[in-house]
Amino acid sequence: MTNPTTSTAKLCTTRLTEPAWVRRVFIVIALAFLAFFLLLPVLTVLLSGLNKGFGFYFKVMAEKDAWAAIKLTLLAAAISVPLNVLFGLASAWAITKFDFWGKKALLTLIDLPFTVSPVISGLIFILLFGAQGAFGPWLREHDLKIIFAVPGIVLATLFVTFPFVARELIPLMQAQGTEEENAAVVLGANGWQTFFKVTLPNIKWGLLYGVILCNARAMGEFGAVSVVSGHIRGLTNTIPLHVEILYNEYQFTAAFAVASLLMLLALATLAVKSWVERQAKIAGSVEFAPKGH
Amino acid sequence: MKLKTLSLIVALVLTFGESGPQAFAAGKEIKLLNVSYDPTRELYEEINAAFAKQWKEKTGDTVVISQSHGGSGKQGRAIIDGLDADVVTLALAYDTDQLYKKGGLISKNWQLRLPDNSAPYTSTIIFVVRKGNPKNIKDWDDLVKPGVAIITPNPKTSGGARWNYLAAWAFGLKKFKGDEMQTQEFLKQIYKNVIVLDTGARGSTTTFVERGIGDVFLSWENEAFLAEKEIGKGTIEIIMPSLSILAEPPVAVVDQAAKKHGTAKVAKAYLEFLYSEAGQDIIGKNFYRPRSEAAAQKYAGQFAKTELVTIADFGGWDAAQKKHFSDGGIFDEIYLT
Repeated sequence: MTNPTTSTAKLCTTRLTEPAWVRRVFIVIALAFLAFFLLLPVLTVLLSGLNKGFGFYFKVMAEKDAWAAIKLTLLAAAISVPLNVLFGLASAWAITKFDFWGKKALLTLIDLPFTVSPVISGLIFILLFGAQGAFGPWLREHDLKIIFAVPGIVLATLFVTFPFVARELIPLMQAQGTEEENAAVVLGANGWQTFFKVTLPNIKWGLLYGVILCNARAMGEFGAVSVVSGHIRGLTNTIPLHVEILYNEYQFTAAFAVASLLMLLALATLAVKSWVERQAKIAGSVEFAPKGH
Repeated sequence: MKLKTLSLIVALVLTFGESGPQAFAAGKEIKLLNVSYDPTRELYEEINAAFAKQWKEKTGDTVVISQSHGGSGKQGRAIIDGLDADVVTLALAYDTDQLYKKGGLISKNWQLRLPDNSAPYTSTIIFVVRKGNPKNIKDWDDLVKPGVAIITPNPKTSGGARWNYLAAWAFGLKKFKGDEMQTQEFLKQIYKNVIVLDTGARGSTTTFVERGIGDVFLSWENEAFLAEKEIGKGTIEIIMPSLSILAEPPVAVVDQAAKKHGTAKVAKAYLEFLYSEAGQDIIGKNFYRPRSEAAAQKYAGQFAKTELVTIADFGGWDAAQKKHFSDGGIFDEIYLT
């Protein structure tokens, strides 16, 4: 491990060799880029949403369909995030602490939702659970609805947010190795004790970080959810889908108002994220290096 | 912390599940799902409210009608895949026919069950141009001029776009005295000028009116009037070409779903309401062409007259679909080559 002070010092001397104008140009470019591609859109959405004042803004949120969309989005996130935490922990634990047959395949499979387009992720469920799909006739016989109903939306959300926690934990746990766990086992700890007393404290900041990313995506997902939603107002629309509907109905201010809700959510997520990163640094888990999604 | 999360989830599930038992306890609440195409949002919002009021007065029951909108072909596909519609109000008979052919969800003679080919309202295809018509677009010939940027949805997914295409085809046939090769070349030139091909009519409307892309937008008449009223006042103009097509968007009860939900009676009454004077008046008010004499006369002023061909001139939807819009059909030849 490199000493942080020497590495910073080295970095400074390299920087100082660059002429001031180069540095300034780069800073201006970076700031202009940020302002144009991040700040401007955020402000546009917020201002467009508040176009007709705060009264209208809150009226839009209180509207029946909007409220239904907010509830559905929260429900989908509330189900998919804990399940993905469970899966992420289990798979990261298995992959990094043990050797077994099919480990490589599992690693690749975890990434699948990242690599396929969300539209495909949605279509997978149509092919499986749609009326013409593999389980369609059986579901129909038993009067179970998955596609174009809440379960389909939860499934699609679960699928697209699948890798976040696992992907965050695997590199972290790999870097930490198995020495501490081995020591715990040698000292007589059982599996659960090892997990809760040794592994979990080591990864908690990484885990939290994964949860935050997972939650952000769960609430913001559009593509996959759009395919399985059926777009029934007040029943199967999530916040992103509701924004699209409002926009298509020429209710631009209302659309941006609801969009700003997602935007605020994203900003809150970012704030929590940077707080987690700071805490992680303070906690001194040096191996924890966020990958910036 | 963990307990908190858990109780939050439980609370969420409870609030979400609440609407179910409540609705059931009311006993007399009937739920209908109307799956429709893009531009009918505003129409059915008004129809639903009026029908629910009438049904309540007549039977004491509360009807809650949910809506789903999108490109007509896409919506039909979703129903076949299991979207549980009691009633379909798609853009053209072909898409409704698929419910019988691909899903067996509807009886074969569905189109004969209600008057006027089951189409309680009609519309036609018109041009929307920028204020003052700077490119001087008056008729279908003007669309092939170089530098004219056209907006139309994709005929593969949108019902309105298929009506657009067929109207252009009818004009070509008339212009070239029945020569199909020349007509196909004419359409090819039109589609060469298309700069955005959205999946549904409403997407095209926002592209043209809200985002200001394109010189001319081939649109449903009703959609054009609505767009003008909602956002385009004073910025767009509506042009009626010398020839267009009589679009008949049909309505139907989805037999299987209605039977399963026990909604057959109310679904039928809902569609029949569209033919009543009250329904026809709402239809005219929303810029669709009404069928009833009274409403047609009341709203005659807002609709320009022109020569209209019908789908029968193409030998019906099956023939038109097969020839023009199926994979490897003329549209593919025009657009892909």
